Amino acid sequence: MSSTLIHPLVVRIAHWINVLAVLIMITSGWAIYNASPLFKFDFPYAVTLGGWLAGALQWHFAGMWLFAINGLVYVAYGIASGHFRRKLLPISPRAVLHDVGEALRGKLAHADLSVYNAAQRGAYLALILLLILMIATGLVIWKPVQFYWLGQFIGDYEGARLLHFFTMAAIAFIVFVHVLMVVLVPRTFPTMFTGRIKHG
Amino acid sequence: MDKSFQLHRSPAVANLERRLFLRRGLSLGALAMLAGCDITDQEGVQRVLMAMSRWNDEAQQWLFNPNRLAPEFPESRITKPFPFNAFYTEDEVVEVDGDSYKLELAGMIREKKPWTLTDLNALPQVAQVTRHICVEGWSAIGKWSGVRFSDFLARIGADTSAKYVGFQCADDYYGSIDMATALHPQTLIALNYADQTLPPKYGYPLKIRIPTKLGFKNPKHVAAIFVTNEYPGGYWEDKGYNWFSGS
Repeated sequence: MSSTLIHPLVVRIAHWINVLAVLIMITSGWAIYNASPLFKFDFPYAVTLGGWLAGALQWHFAGMWLFAINGLVYVAYGIASGHFRRKLLPISPRAVLHDVGEALRGKLAHADLSVYNAAQRGAYLALILLLILMIATGLVIWKPVQFYWLGQFIGDYEGARLLHFFTMAAIAFIVFVHVLMVVLVPRTFPTMFTGRIKHG
Repeated sequence: MDKSFQLHRSPAVANLERRLFLRRGLSLGALAMLAGCDITDQEGVQRVLMAMSRWNDEAQQWLFNPNRLAPEFPESRITKPFPFNAFYTEDEVVEVDGDSYKLELAGMIREKKPWTLTDLNALPQVAQVTRHICVEGWSAIGKWSGVRFSDFLARIGADTSAKYVGFQCADDYYGSIDMATALHPQTLIALNYADQTLPPKYGYPLKIRIPTKLGFKNPKHVAAIFVTNEYPGGYWEDKGYNWFSGS
């Protein structure tokens, strides 16, 4: 029985650190949102982290280092090793739409776990870009004077607040679909620990 | 502690001396406790989060550019009404008697003569329309005018090589900022709001206006200013908010 490496060690470690970091950032972020809600709802206390605003901010501003440094290592590795190019490219909007349509009809092909279909490529690429946007909008909210130049691209402080919220919502949606797909195709789950698929 | 500090002891200054003393006592007590007791997970997490908050103070001091100005806005963008915010409700706002008011000075300052409102109003005045950002997330634009704080610090002979400038307020609020922010050109002793004498709800008789910091770092009803190398903390900072909290 032989096996093939489909998830390199760096990717697996970065994935699980990112799971922890994003969980900290989103749940503490919900508690911060609740201190001054942008819309006519707030997040249930039970799913927030930090207890009150000061605790939530401490978690958010500690978690951001874990999130950003881990993300930087992952993106640098993905570009330098050719991992992104091999796994996420080529990609076309037509192919992504086609495969998303297939997935919705329950006919998504993912027989070979070492190759991502276009829906996966689209989702993972979008997730990476959204997480980078999360850092950019977060920097403008955290330091609207020092990063004023960056704010000029995203509607200054109040624009960055809105965009930070909607980017969070998009990330939460992709994570939800991602976890749902793992539940539907459970043999993908162990590969994120072992990195390997077995043949024979 | 130098002699003139003792001579100029006012109730506000005595209050802050007592708190600095208590803080030293508390931290020694806390150290003794840590040495003798098991630390629960909860306490361990708390200590990591507090250590990260101190690290974030350092990171923010490094990011802070003393020459970068907070954006200024046209008067048409001023938020009306400008929100009231404090650790108490609006009907509990402290009433300070402006005629008998004197701004006390303490610590590493050469000229510790207290300042009346008339003295302060006689100094050169500057105005700004800037954005106030609350730690809760909301923001509002207002117009403040008064004395540039760096001019005032130079006039009273403050030791600007010291680390901190602390504030003691008439409403029992207290706080402190780093010297680099104290010397920033937009940091003001605000005596007016929207070209009128500062109303009680916005901090009469004076507020320290700092557009490069979050709202809670802008103390109102300031009664005493002191310059020190000893970390003075603050009302909200001692409850867990990040100390530097710069924009």
